[in-house]
Amino acid sequence: MNQLDLPILTLLTFLPAIGALFIMLSNKEGVAQIRWMALVISMANFICSLPLFFCFKADYTGMQFVEKVPWIKEYGMTYFLGIDGISLLLILLTTFFTPICVIACWKDVTKKVKEFMMCLLLLETGMIGVFVSLDLFLFYIFWEVMLIPMYLLIGVWGNPARRVYAAIKFFLFTMFGSLLMLVAILVLYFYNHSVTGEYTFNLLKLYELNMPSLYQTWLFLAFFVAFAIKVPMFPFHTWLPDAHTEAPTVGSVLLAAVLLKMGTYGFLRFGMPLFPVATHQFVPLISILAIIGIIYGALVSMVQKDLKRLVAFSSVSHLGFVVLGLFALNIQGIQGGIIQMINHGLSTGALFLIVGMIYERRHTRMIADFGGLAKVMPVFAAFFMIVTLSSIGLPGLNGFVGEFLILLGTFRSNVVYAVFAATGVIFAAVYMLWMFQRVMFGEVTKEENRHLKDLSLREIGILASILIFIFWIGIYPKTFLSKTETSVTHFLTEFNKKYEACIQKEKNYLVLNTSEELMTKK
Amino acid sequence: MDLVIPKIDALSLCPEIVLSITAMLVLLVTVYLPKGRKDPAAYVGLLGIFIALVSLTLLWGKPRYAFNNMIMVDNFSIFFNMVILVTAALSILMSITYLKEEGMSHGEFYALILFSAVGMMFMTAGANLITIFLGLETMSISIYVLAGFLRDSNRSNESALKYLLLGAFSSAFLLYGIAFIYGATGTTDLKGISEFLSRATYMKDPMLLAGMGLLLVGFGFKIATVPFHMWTPDVYEGAPTSVTAFMSVGVKAAVFAAFLRVFSHALWDLQPDWNQLLWILAVLTMTLGNVVAIAQTNIKRMLAYSSIAHAGYIMVGMIASNELGTSSILFYMLAYAFTNLGAFGVVILFGRKGEGNLDIEDYSGMGFKYPVLGLLMAVFLFSLAGIPPTAGFVGKFYIFGAAVKAGYIWLAIIGVMNSLVSVYYYLRVTVMMYMKDPVEDLEGLHWSPSMIVALIIAVAGTLLIGIFPSPYLDLAKQSVLHLM
Repeated sequence: MNQLDLPILTLLTFLPAIGALFIMLSNKEGVAQIRWMALVISMANFICSLPLFFCFKADYTGMQFVEKVPWIKEYGMTYFLGIDGISLLLILLTTFFTPICVIACWKDVTKKVKEFMMCLLLLETGMIGVFVSLDLFLFYIFWEVMLIPMYLLIGVWGNPARRVYAAIKFFLFTMFGSLLMLVAILVLYFYNHSVTGEYTFNLLKLYELNMPSLYQTWLFLAFFVAFAIKVPMFPFHTWLPDAHTEAPTVGSVLLAAVLLKMGTYGFLRFGMPLFPVATHQFVPLISILAIIGIIYGALVSMVQKDLKRLVAFSSVSHLGFVVLGLFALNIQGIQGGIIQMINHGLSTGALFLIVGMIYERRHTRMIADFGGLAKVMPVFAAFFMIVTLSSIGLPGLNGFVGEFLILLGTFRSNVVYAVFAATGVIFAAVYMLWMFQRVMFGEVTKEENRHLKDLSLREIGILASILIFIFWIGIYPKTFLSKTETSVTHFLTEFNKKYEACIQKEKNYLVLNTSEELMTKK
Repeated sequence: MDLVIPKIDALSLCPEIVLSITAMLVLLVTVYLPKGRKDPAAYVGLLGIFIALVSLTLLWGKPRYAFNNMIMVDNFSIFFNMVILVTAALSILMSITYLKEEGMSHGEFYALILFSAVGMMFMTAGANLITIFLGLETMSISIYVLAGFLRDSNRSNESALKYLLLGAFSSAFLLYGIAFIYGATGTTDLKGISEFLSRATYMKDPMLLAGMGLLLVGFGFKIATVPFHMWTPDVYEGAPTSVTAFMSVGVKAAVFAAFLRVFSHALWDLQPDWNQLLWILAVLTMTLGNVVAIAQTNIKRMLAYSSIAHAGYIMVGMIASNELGTSSILFYMLAYAFTNLGAFGVVILFGRKGEGNLDIEDYSGMGFKYPVLGLLMAVFLFSLAGIPPTAGFVGKFYIFGAAVKAGYIWLAIIGVMNSLVSVYYYLRVTVMMYMKDPVEDLEGLHWSPSMIVALIIAVAGTLLIGIFPSPYLDLAKQSVLHLM
């Protein structure tokens, strides 16, 4: 069956859901017990995910740890799970961040703890499900299911003032995109049937289709809208600042670290390999949107007064880089894009945690309310500094590796794009460092800030565990890049092969048609 | 002239006969029951429904005509009859405590539900326009009475009167349509009509087209398609909630069955004509239903508009007019039955005597005060909105899949965008339940065993069909196989 002889992916996906069920049955009053249960479950899931990394065959091009069970036979739905280098790291990121989130909200969330933990665990099920599904129908189900717990996290535990607005906006925006994608999936499904005579949602089989370019264009657009909203790319990003600002800390962390990656992962897994001709067509448009996102996100971040909003807009900028890298369509760009997804997860996740930590202490997130915190909270300042630098992309830390690879890849495919995108790096330094300066340095101007407590052991623990990876990827990225390399190379060869085949088919078709026309004229 | 006495094939009508006898038994039993304690009448009714269900399964897979081609017993009608019987059973279960709380516990209520179910079953099995019309009237007359069952309530009376008046109009339209069709084709037999049309060379006979249009109006009224939907919100709001639940599912199922049989079978050769009409009606129905539902403050009215929208989705399956389209309608109806009845069940359980707790505002804080009830409501609402892993999602998936397969991609896009709009107002209820603090005291919820059973069946159906749809899809597919 697979190298572990164990349905490991099913286990990973549904363990949190089963855990949520146990929490549901436990006593509402035993808050401490519920927290420990959630922690044990999410830690267990993380430990279960480690074999994926160690037993992953880095030189194998196909899907690994495959599980395949027919589900709705007549209509070709299968319960089909499997991973390759592209999804491996994202799954680990998810299992890594969930226990961190459970610990991070230990003190933060005090009301309705039971329901909170249930949402968190169900969200984990949804997120992992999206990354492991290789059946379009199954993928769509996880993609939608995941919305509900996130919606509740924002709407129930968010900022009282605007949480409902933000939650509904999040839900409707995402749903809009996914419904268009649903129609596209159906069109793809029936097109496949009309060509091959087989009803199937199996992604690997659908990869083999060579569709005419007109079909590709429209279907790609539908998928594109769904993923672009999720990423979010300019101009589909407007839900993000609201959702981030109103969500509870942990919600923001998971949103930034994992949920946004689903969009970029979607491009890589579905949008590009299914529709190579359309991908080539749309490279200029998408790259330009990505660059606008990079620069616009950075500029808007600069003028934010609210720390969380600032980090939220910086996500728009960072994910612009990821998309740019993916659509460079060469090995460096895509490798960089994948590693940058992980980097953004780590550093932005950490930034949201940090903002959450000072919010817990001061109950404000306005930059103007702070100043000189470095003197009061030295340990906090050290962590904050490192994470800030990682987000900027300082060499030696993780952000540099990703951005460098992306810019390298982009430079190879289009110099102009690379030049414009590179300005984003400079802007990032400006807004992050300026923010850091205003919050941490200078004199302590506000009386309330004089007696803030420095980080507790629990908080140091969670930040330190993220820092390990920030340094690891920064210093020796090969551990991770080696896992993705084969998959990306394979992805590119297949992509190019299919592109050529589609183009060739179109040409043949044209030649055939013109010759027929000539015949009739004669 | 020879008078042909048709062969009395009682076996084919076994479920209907069982149900009719049960209804009369209920009337008889209720006389001997002390006032205010009429529960046993309900249980007699449930027993009858159970026997009818069992006898239905015995008829499965053996399609046949009966009573001189007046009745057609095939898998198609059996499938719909099962939906109808489940609906009737759940409605009775939900009514027992509800009627007691309203002080209207009378055995006649259950008898009327059973009688209207008999009418519905004749509609689904009707192979002749006359049978269909008779079924429709039997069903409607019982429901006119049921809608006004809370005779001390003005709203209930208003609802009954409105339904009666407009229902009478629509029956007239239908009958007029039947007359026109008879005039044009010389028969009311569905098979005869279809044979005539396939022979006919003058397809655009205005009388035929007018007849078709009138039939469309008649059916359209009963399933509440725009622009024949005006009565729906008022009637649904005023009628006793359990009757609303019964109407919103049972009537729809029965009328859609007849609608499908007449249009997709008898009038198949006019398909290019009615398809365009239906296309427009479906889009209008979905859009108006969903958009107006947003503005509602009363949950029953909101569910009324949502049921209008759902009729629109089902029509999309009809427009697709392929095998997938028809089976998707059947599947959708099944999914919708469990989901919508469940949602109304929660509304009944949460409601208070009279008009209490029927505003969406009243649901504030309910999700945390009554976690189980809140969770149930959330499941039903998400299913109505078509979010996986619920029955509603699979249903929509098939309906829109059928539309895409038949090439109606724009219709599918309009459909999914409509379900996006619907997400908004379904979410609003969950917002109230989970994200607002209670405005008033929420004490005093009365869980009765019968209601618990009904809700368990509904939620089990919703989730089971959503997660393992395979056997039900199979059932729906087999049901349209022998559709003639």
